[in-house]
Amino acid sequence: MNAGKVITGSAPWRGTAWAMGKLGLSGRTLVIAIPMLWLLVFFLAPFFVLGRISLAEAIIARPPYTPLFERGPDGSLEIIASLENYRFLLTDALYRNAYLSSIRIAAVSTIFALLIGYPMAYFIARAPEPRRSLLLLLVILPFWTSFLLRVYAWMGFLRSNGVINNMLMGMGVIDQPLVMMQTDFAVYIGIVYTYLPFMILPLYANLTKLDGALLEAASDLGASPMVTFFTVTLPLSLPGIVAGSMLVFIPAIGEYVIPALLGGPDTLMIGRVLWDEFFGSRDWPVASAVAIVMLVLVVAPIMWLQSVQNRRGTE
Amino acid sequence: MPDPAIAADTKPWRKPDAVPFISVQGLIKRFDDFTAVSDVDLDIYKGELFCLLGESGCGKSTLLRMLAGFETPTEGRILIDGEDMARVPPDRRPTNMMFQSYALFPHMSVEKNVAYGLLREGLPKREAYARAGEMLKMVKLEKLARRKPDQLSGGQRQRVALARALVKRPKLLLLDEPLGALDKKLREETQFELIRIQESLGVTFIVVTHDQDEAMTLATRIGVMKDGIIKQIGEPAEIYERPNSRFVSDFIGTVNLFEGKVDAVAPDLMRIETAELGPVLLPPQPGLTRGQQVWGAVRPERFALSRRKPDSAHNVWRGVIEDLGYIGHMTQYRIRLENGRLIRASQSNRLRDEDPISWDEPVWISVQPAAFRVLTE
Repeated sequence: MNAGKVITGSAPWRGTAWAMGKLGLSGRTLVIAIPMLWLLVFFLAPFFVLGRISLAEAIIARPPYTPLFERGPDGSLEIIASLENYRFLLTDALYRNAYLSSIRIAAVSTIFALLIGYPMAYFIARAPEPRRSLLLLLVILPFWTSFLLRVYAWMGFLRSNGVINNMLMGMGVIDQPLVMMQTDFAVYIGIVYTYLPFMILPLYANLTKLDGALLEAASDLGASPMVTFFTVTLPLSLPGIVAGSMLVFIPAIGEYVIPALLGGPDTLMIGRVLWDEFFGSRDWPVASAVAIVMLVLVVAPIMWLQSVQNRRGTE
Repeated sequence: MPDPAIAADTKPWRKPDAVPFISVQGLIKRFDDFTAVSDVDLDIYKGELFCLLGESGCGKSTLLRMLAGFETPTEGRILIDGEDMARVPPDRRPTNMMFQSYALFPHMSVEKNVAYGLLREGLPKREAYARAGEMLKMVKLEKLARRKPDQLSGGQRQRVALARALVKRPKLLLLDEPLGALDKKLREETQFELIRIQESLGVTFIVVTHDQDEAMTLATRIGVMKDGIIKQIGEPAEIYERPNSRFVSDFIGTVNLFEGKVDAVAPDLMRIETAELGPVLLPPQPGLTRGQQVWGAVRPERFALSRRKPDSAHNVWRGVIEDLGYIGHMTQYRIRLENGRLIRASQSNRLRDEDPISWDEPVWISVQPAAFRVLTE
């Protein structure tokens, strides 16, 4: 209390407050302004650039798209913008399939990450204190090496003459190497492996808060451990499940590196299409349209979930 | 003197051949190198409201949790209605527990919380909710059935927890500090409410508490615990009037203890020689030998205070009122004796006193030998 009084009472602070008051600013606005500015410069501005390119037409020039304004024959300023690229996305089956396939791969990966991550998070949350920190450290440990290196390591595991095939053949379980590389299976493994910590950490944060007395109460009232889990633990960990699933699902939709390295030629994901459009076909306008649609696809479910949670919170 | 037959009916523990409803035999619980409960034997009878009283860490909660099945005894047996509970998991025991934190399910409405146990029994939904509704009526919460626990006050949550624990009609209800989270006024009201519910349902209650007033008000019998051992079991009056140790006498109520050695024993009187007060007359106690160390324990309200020297020749001392606290119905005194010893006495203000004894006044205090309780440990 006293410390605050000293600061707010000091001359420089009073001067600043007075100046800010003149500009219609309060300390609170100033604090919020910093992240707002960050979002404006690094998110909103690129987004508008992308949106603007998506309305242009590809030309062979530098930059490789038509300008937004052009002088007409009579010298007037014309705006050149069309939704042609978006129409093209709808008509060409490639893009539709790529979107659907991305969503499917991301969804399936999220489900598997949840099925694997939930028991791990639960186990860590229930572990006694010194061991809990260690287990948590082990979950985060992979982040200390490069993501790319870890994906390459999986290639070493999954190759025809990789670790898994060699082991299985050595044990005589199979006599032909399993084809695992360049399949959707490999992509699933890659995504689930990479994003598992993002599932575990929010779930862990949620499950450590779970009051053990609630589980005892359920058991005391006649619920078997299984019933207790489904009637108490699971519903109470729903916010953790939602948060974890979002953290896996959203980056997985736009994932490029994993399908590029582990996936086969027929593993269709929007991240690869995007890359091909930008750097293969050099069709920046279509690529931008692809990116904008992906953004909308990702943002829509988040906003919906947010509104649901807000409504539940105020209820 | 009450009719012994009636007394034995409402107080089965007085009957030598009564069969206990809950029987705890040689119960021990060790956590690594710490013994929370050491060798407890306890018989509790049907319809009792038994209080386990002790300071935090005395093992009373551990004992309760072993009855509920949350802790496995290291040694010993628990029988409930004749059935050994050793292999019965908590969800199959005929017990329910009211948790200190209430442990209400935050994602369920009041009604769902109360019906939870009935639904686990496989009762049809309609019947379960009907019975939950009745129980809520009993605790006067039927209007709040649709609320979530975080929309209730502390007292309301306490009643939901009680309703939820009682709705299954358990053979034994375990209550862990049931009134601990309530403020004083509400706690006193709720004590009698709890007794009313317990008597109307006839369920056997075991209540864990650290609050001696609560235990005295609620209990048919009290078990005073210390360091994992039950030091004394008895009816509230028995515990107060005839404590068996210095610990119990000091833990329940206020006590003045006088240490001394047995000097002379007559058939109806005993004299001890104390360093502080000289010779003190006490009621005789069988089995004491001359020279044995004993303590005389006397409650503050047993002293008589007067300005004039009393007629009695024994157990009379002179002192000065060092401090007094007027509470209304009674006054508490701290009296410094001539040898420096402090005595705590109290007098009930039955008559309006126009000239009460006041600070720094010299007074005589005296006490009847029969008012003493002789303790050997």
